[in-house]
Amino acid sequence: MSFNQLYSKKVLDHFFHPRNMGEMKDANGVATVGNKVCGDVMRMFLKIGKRGEKEYVEDAKFQTLGCGAAIATSSIATEMIRGKPLKEVEKLTNKAVREALGGLPQAKIHCSVLAEEAVKKAIEDYKSKEKGK
Amino acid sequence: MRKVYLDYAATTPVRPEAVEAMKPYWSGKFGNPSSLHSFGQEARQAVETAREKVAKVLNCQPEEILFTGTTTTSDNLAILGTVWRAWEEKIKANNKDPENRQKLHLITSSIEHHSVLDTFKYLEKRGFRVTYLPVDKDGLVDLGVLGNSITPETVLVSVMYANNEVGSIQPIEKISKLIKERERGDQLLPIFHTDAATATEYLTLDTQKLGIDLLTLGSHKFGGPKGVGILFLKKGTKIDPITFGGHHEKGLWPGTEAVPLIVGMATALQMAAADRLSVASRVTKLRDKLVEGVLERVPEAILTGHPEKRLPEIASFCFRGAEGEAILLRLDAEGIAASSGSACTSGTLEPSHVLLAMGISAEVAHGSIRFSLGRKTTKEEIDYVLEKLPQIITDIRKMAPKP
Repeated sequence: MSFNQLYSKKVLDHFFHPRNMGEMKDANGVATVGNKVCGDVMRMFLKIGKRGEKEYVEDAKFQTLGCGAAIATSSIATEMIRGKPLKEVEKLTNKAVREALGGLPQAKIHCSVLAEEAVKKAIEDYKSKEKGK
Repeated sequence: MRKVYLDYAATTPVRPEAVEAMKPYWSGKFGNPSSLHSFGQEARQAVETAREKVAKVLNCQPEEILFTGTTTTSDNLAILGTVWRAWEEKIKANNKDPENRQKLHLITSSIEHHSVLDTFKYLEKRGFRVTYLPVDKDGLVDLGVLGNSITPETVLVSVMYANNEVGSIQPIEKISKLIKERERGDQLLPIFHTDAATATEYLTLDTQKLGIDLLTLGSHKFGGPKGVGILFLKKGTKIDPITFGGHHEKGLWPGTEAVPLIVGMATALQMAAADRLSVASRVTKLRDKLVEGVLERVPEAILTGHPEKRLPEIASFCFRGAEGEAILLRLDAEGIAASSGSACTSGTLEPSHVLLAMGISAEVAHGSIRFSLGRKTTKEEIDYVLEKLPQIITDIRKMAPKP
C-alpha cells in the first residue's frame, strides 16, 4: 500500500483500528482543540479519579475530525495515559506521542502537538472543575 | 484485492502502442538528432515525424511545435519567455527605466495549476504587476473582469483550458476573441497562453479554432511517457529562452531531444485524438453514474465544479465533516486510488486554492475528493466505488466530535 511510505505501521494500525474512540458521558475533564479551518479538530474526554490521595486517569476517550495522523495521535495518546497517575500524564509530550507511533512525517508533527494539547487542556478542565467544587 | 485506479488526472498508463513505438529508439536507433551522420539522421527523422503528427492534432504547422521537458517546463517557458521578451522590447521601444517592472502587466486566473500560478507569483515578487482573475462558484473565470483587466500594458493572459481539480472548462475561444477585440492602434495585443494538460484527451486541441498563441501539453496525461512535454508556439509569437546551451527546439528548449519519449508521446497523442469523441462520450456516462450515485448515497456530499461545463473525466466532491486524507487512506485500503485537495495532502496547512477561490469554505474544502476516470474505466469499477464509499464516509464522520 502506498501509504506505507508515508506512515509507520503503528500509525496505520491506529488509524484503521482506533482505540478508545467515541464520546464519554461521565467524563470530568473535556477539551476540544484545533479548528475546522485548519482541518483538524480533536476532543479528549478524561475520567480522573482518586485512589487514596493520588489522582489517576481512569479512562480516556477521543473524537477526531482530521487526517490519518490526527486520528492516530489521538488514539495512541489515550492508550498512553489510561490508568496512569495524573502527575505522570501531565508530563506527556508531543515527542513521546510521535515516538510511540514510530515517528511521523515532518508535515504531520502538528498532529502530535494537537494530541498533547488536547490531553493538557482536558486536565485543565478537570482542575478548574475541581476548584469550583 | 481489487484495484481501481481513478486518478487519471494525476497520470495515465502509457498506451501499449506508444511503448512499442519507443522500442527502437533506446539502444538501436540511439543517435543524437543533431549529428550529421546516419545514426543522427535516423533519430532526427523520428523527431520530425513526431512533430508532424503532433502538428496535425493541433491543426498547426510542425515548426510551431516545441518539444520540452514536462507540462511544468512548458508553462514556465511560455510565461517567463513571454515576459522576458516583452520586458526587453518595451524597454527598448520606450527607453523606459529597466527597473520599472510595474509597467508590465500580466493576467492569470486564481485557479491555475501551480506550474502556472507559482511562476506568476515569482514574477509578482520580483515587481511585475499580476492580476489574478476571480472565478464564480462553478470555477469559471469572470469574462467581465477579464475584459476590464486588460490594459495597454498587459503583455500576457494565461488561463487554463480545464481545471485539473474540479474539471470546469474555461471558454478559451471567447477569451481569445475578447483579447483580439482589444486591438488598439500600434500597441501589441497581449499574448494568450493556455495550459491544456488536463483537457488533452477530451477537448479539441485545434489551435486555430481556439485562437491561442501558446498552448502547453504534458505527455503522461494522455497515455504518453513521463518526462516530455509540448509547447505550441504560434508563428510570430516572440518569446525568449529561459535555459541556455544549444540550438535545439529553435534555441527555446536547448538540450538533446528525448527521442524515444518524443516518439512515444506523438503516438499517444495521435491515438488519443483519434479516440477522443468515443472515449469522451463513454467516460461522460460513467462519470455521470458516479456523480449521481455519490450524491444519492452519501448525505451532505457536494459536487464541485460546473455541473455541465466540466471535463468528462472529473468527478469531484466535498464531504462535510470528513477529512480528505482520511478518506483517501480508507479508499486505498479498499484498492481505490483517488486524490484530495485537503491541506493534509498538499504538504501545506492550506486546503486547495482552487476550492477556496470558488468560495468553498476551508472547513468544507478539507473534505475534498477527486475521482478522475480514464478511457479504461469500467462500469464495474464505478459500482465498486459506489459500494465502498458511503460506508467509508459514514465511518469517518462517526469519529468526529459533535459540534
